[in-house]
Amino acid sequence: MDGPVALPRDNGELVFAAPWEGRAVALAVALVERLGLPWDAFRLRLIDAIADDPDRPYYESWAAALEALVVSLELATTEALTATTPTERPTL
Amino acid sequence: MSDHNHGDHGSDHGHNHHPEPLAPVEARVAAIESVLIEHGMFDTEMLDGIVENFEHNLGPLNGAKVVARAWIDPDYKARLLDDGTAAIAELGFGGAEGDHMVVVENTPDVHNLVVCTLCSCYPWPTLGLPPAWYKAPAYRSRAVREPRVLLAEMGTPIPDDVEIRVWDSSAEVRYLVLPQRPPGTDGLSESELVTRVTRDSMIGVARL
Repeated sequence: MDGPVALPRDNGELVFAAPWEGRAVALAVALVERLGLPWDAFRLRLIDAIADDPDRPYYESWAAALEALVVSLELATTEALTATTPTERPTL
Repeated sequence: MSDHNHGDHGSDHGHNHHPEPLAPVEARVAAIESVLIEHGMFDTEMLDGIVENFEHNLGPLNGAKVVARAWIDPDYKARLLDDGTAAIAELGFGGAEGDHMVVVENTPDVHNLVVCTLCSCYPWPTLGLPPAWYKAPAYRSRAVREPRVLLAEMGTPIPDDVEIRVWDSSAEVRYLVLPQRPPGTDGLSESELVTRVTRDSMIGVARL
């Protein structure tokens, strides 16, 4: 697909500045729902991630919290995630 | 989906567009997604559905409908102030981050302001996702420390004889401000009133 995809707006503002932000939110919501966890299972990690680095962009803290939750639930190790992390944008 | 007819898909890019670099956090989120999908935790469609819900169904238009209904219907307003979750559900809105809704009413004597000091708690079913400034450290700390100064800077000066109540969403509860109905709107229909309600007025950083 050539060119940037127009991202959905709400109130004139972007809902997500980039698609990965939406993925990160969806992953947290889906994970908590699938496992029947209270939202606090994620939210408390988000609070910690923000406190760890208050000036870090919000969704990067969100992603850090998501990873911390996934690792704490033993769904993946940090090493396994690093091994799976792509280095190039996949072509469609 | 566009059609690309390539001779080869190797690392030698013989075509005109260049792949954008993948930011580390973007790559990390992709890794988490692929690991969890491999685990069978959920499929791509479920994630797509959640993203779509945020992009198309959840947003301040929902909250505006709640406010307009409360302005038109005093009995609804009473129910809304008594049990926000149930009254909001009457209009079909509810779900994650909206399970414990408390609606706080602005009056000539009281102005309400909502914040989440620790993260970004926000009533998704009625307002969608929070704006960037709501999540920024400056707003989160100043809303509790110096709300009157902050509101004036944001273009909403509140007179000294009006009490400002700040609601910190950090616990279970999610707050929605019921703004005062603006003067000169008596003849408007409910759907016309919906268009008068702004997101910022339902957070409390603006008046109508």
